[in-house]
Amino acid sequence: MLVYIIRRGLQSVVVLFLMSVLVFVGVYAIGNPIDILINPQADQQDRERAIAALGLDKPLPEQYWTFFTGALHGDFGKSFVHATPAISLILERMPATLELAFAAMLIAVVFGIPLGLWAGLRPNGIAGRTIMAGSILGFSLPTFWVGLMLIMVFSVVLGWLPSNGRGPTVDLFGLIPVSFFSVDGWRHLMLPATNLALFNVALLIRLTRAGAHEALLQDYVKFARAKGLTNRRIIGVHVLRNILIPIVTVVGLQFGALIAFAIVTESVFAWPGMGKLLIDSINVLDRPVIVAYLLIIVTMFIVINLVVDVLYSALDPRVRLTESKG
Amino acid sequence: MSEPVLRVEELRTHFFTKAGVVKAVDDVSFIVNRGEVMGLVGESGSGKSMTGYSLMGLIDPPGRIVGGRILLDGIDVIKLSGEEMRQMRGNRVAMIFQDPMMTLNPVLRIDTQMIEAIVAHRKVSAGDAHAMAAAALSKVGIPSPEERLSAYPHQFSGGMRQRVAIAIALLNKPDLIIADEPTTALDVTIQGQILYEMQKLTRETGAAVIWITHDLSVVAGLADQVSVMYAGRIVEQGTAEQVLGRPRHPYTRGLLDSVPANNARGARLKQIPGMTPSLLDLPPGCPFRERCSYAQSDCARTPLMRPLTAGQSVRCHHPLA
Repeated sequence: MLVYIIRRGLQSVVVLFLMSVLVFVGVYAIGNPIDILINPQADQQDRERAIAALGLDKPLPEQYWTFFTGALHGDFGKSFVHATPAISLILERMPATLELAFAAMLIAVVFGIPLGLWAGLRPNGIAGRTIMAGSILGFSLPTFWVGLMLIMVFSVVLGWLPSNGRGPTVDLFGLIPVSFFSVDGWRHLMLPATNLALFNVALLIRLTRAGAHEALLQDYVKFARAKGLTNRRIIGVHVLRNILIPIVTVVGLQFGALIAFAIVTESVFAWPGMGKLLIDSINVLDRPVIVAYLLIIVTMFIVINLVVDVLYSALDPRVRLTESKG
Repeated sequence: MSEPVLRVEELRTHFFTKAGVVKAVDDVSFIVNRGEVMGLVGESGSGKSMTGYSLMGLIDPPGRIVGGRILLDGIDVIKLSGEEMRQMRGNRVAMIFQDPMMTLNPVLRIDTQMIEAIVAHRKVSAGDAHAMAAAALSKVGIPSPEERLSAYPHQFSGGMRQRVAIAIALLNKPDLIIADEPTTALDVTIQGQILYEMQKLTRETGAAVIWITHDLSVVAGLADQVSVMYAGRIVEQGTAEQVLGRPRHPYTRGLLDSVPANNARGARLKQIPGMTPSLLDLPPGCPFRERCSYAQSDCARTPLMRPLTAGQSVRCHHPLA
C-alpha cells in the first residue's frame, strides 16, 4: 500500500512537470501579454522596462527555468496584472469554488442515487420512465442556458433567490471563508449549485439505474431473496454495495471536473471562484496565474484519483492495491 | 408416515411474454415426504428450475403462478402475503443454487451473509448469531470456521463456497431444501463430497430435499423418489428403483440411454433425436411425440398422468413394458 502510494506520487510529479512545460509553451505561443498589459501610448523605453520587470526579455527556456526553480520552493511567480503572488490569488478564490463544487456534488448524490435506484427497480413504471426521460434533459441541456433559465424563473419571475454573487462569509477555523453558515449564504448558493449539479444528477441516475438493473439479475440477489431477507436489506446492502464501486469512481472524477469546469456556472452567476479568475487571466495572458491554476487543478485530480483507488479497495474486497504494471 | 412436508397440486406457472404465453410449469403435482429426497429430473428448459422457484415464491414478472396449490406443512403458500412469504423463505424452505461462484455476494463477508439470514427470521443477539454461523460452517466441513467467517467469498474455492451456501440453507433448520443443480458447476471429486455432505446433513436434520438435476447418476445415488419433467410437465413419477430401473415413459428411457456409462463400450452413444420443443404456445397432444419412436396417431391427444404399478405413474398413451 505504501509502495503503491509512493509510486503514484512519483508518477504524479512527472505529470505535473510535463503539464507545466506544455502550458508554459502554450501560453507563450498565444501572444505577448505586454501588448495587452501596457498602455499603447507608452514609449519604447517604458515598454522595455516593463518587459524586463516581468522577465519576458529572456529566452523561453530561461524563463521556464526561473519559474521551475521558484516552483520548487513553492513560488509560482507574481501575477502580471495584480502584481501579487499567483498562488495566493488562486487560494483566495478557491474556497468559493470548492464550496460550490461540494454543494453541487451533494445535490447530485442525494438526488441522483435514489432516483437511479428507483428507476432501476421499476424500469417499466411511469416514475422510472419519467426519471430516465428527465435524465436525458439533464445530459443534453447546456449548462449556461439552464443557468440563465434558473435566474429567469427563480430570481426574475418569482424573485425567490438572488441571481448572482456569494452570500456573507464566515472564516472556518479562522482560515477558510465559507458562506453556508448563514441563510443568505444558502440562498446565494442554491441556484449555482443546482445548475452545476444538473449534469451530474443525470449522470448518477443513469449510472445507478444501469448498475441496479444489472445487479438485480445476479444470482446473489436471488440467493438473498431465497434467504428470506427483506427487500430493504437486499436493495440497501446487497445491491447498493455492489453498484457503489462504479459510482464512487464517477463521483470522484466528476468532483474534479466540477472544480475545473465550474467556470461556466461561475460566469453566469458571477460566483467569485477560481474559474472566473482563470477566464480573466486568460483574457490578459496572465501566465503565472494560468500555470499555477492548472497545476493546482492537476494536483487535485491526482489526489482525487488516489482517494478513489483507496476507496475501491475498501468497497471491493477483491481489489488489492499492489504495484501496478503500468 | 405422517403428513407429507410438501404437497404440490396441479401447479401452473406461466410467463406472459409479448410473443405469447409460456407454460413453464403446467399441471405439476407431487408429494415430498418428511426426510425424503425427491429427484426432479429433466433437460434444460423442462421447467424443473421454475418449479423450484414457484415453491419459493421467487417467480418474477412476467411470470406468475396461475393455478394449483403448494401445501407446505398443510399451508398453501400461494395464498400467503408477501411478508408471510418472506418469513417462510430461508426459514421453512431453503434453496441452494447452481453456481456457487455467483450466489454469494462478492463484496460482503461470509459472516455478514450468514448472520443476516438468521436475524431475518428470529431475534437473536449478535454473539449468538455469530456462534450459530460458526457452528453451521463447521457442520458442513469447513475447517477453522471462526477465521473463515471473516473471509470474503473470493477467498474460497468453488466447492467451499457451495458448502457455505449449504450452511446458509441449513441455518434455520428448514423442513425442505430445494437444491437447484448444486453440483453441476463443480469438479467430480468435489461433487461427490458435496453429495455426501448433503446426504449426511439432511439425514441429521430430517430435512426433505428436492434435488433438481439433469444428471441421472446423481439421482440414482441420492433420491428416494424421482419425477421426470418434460416441457413443463411431469411425465413419469415413482421410486428411484422404479423410474431408473424400469422406466415406462419413452423419454425417461431415452434419458437413461443417453448416459454414456449405460452404453456398451465402443458402441455409438445413444441420443434422443431432436430437441425440447419451445414452450411458447405448445400445441395439444404429447409434447414428446415428435421425438418419440413409439409415437402413434393417438399421441395427438394430450395424455394424462396415470398410475401403472404401485407408486409409479406415467403420462403416456403407450407406456413401455
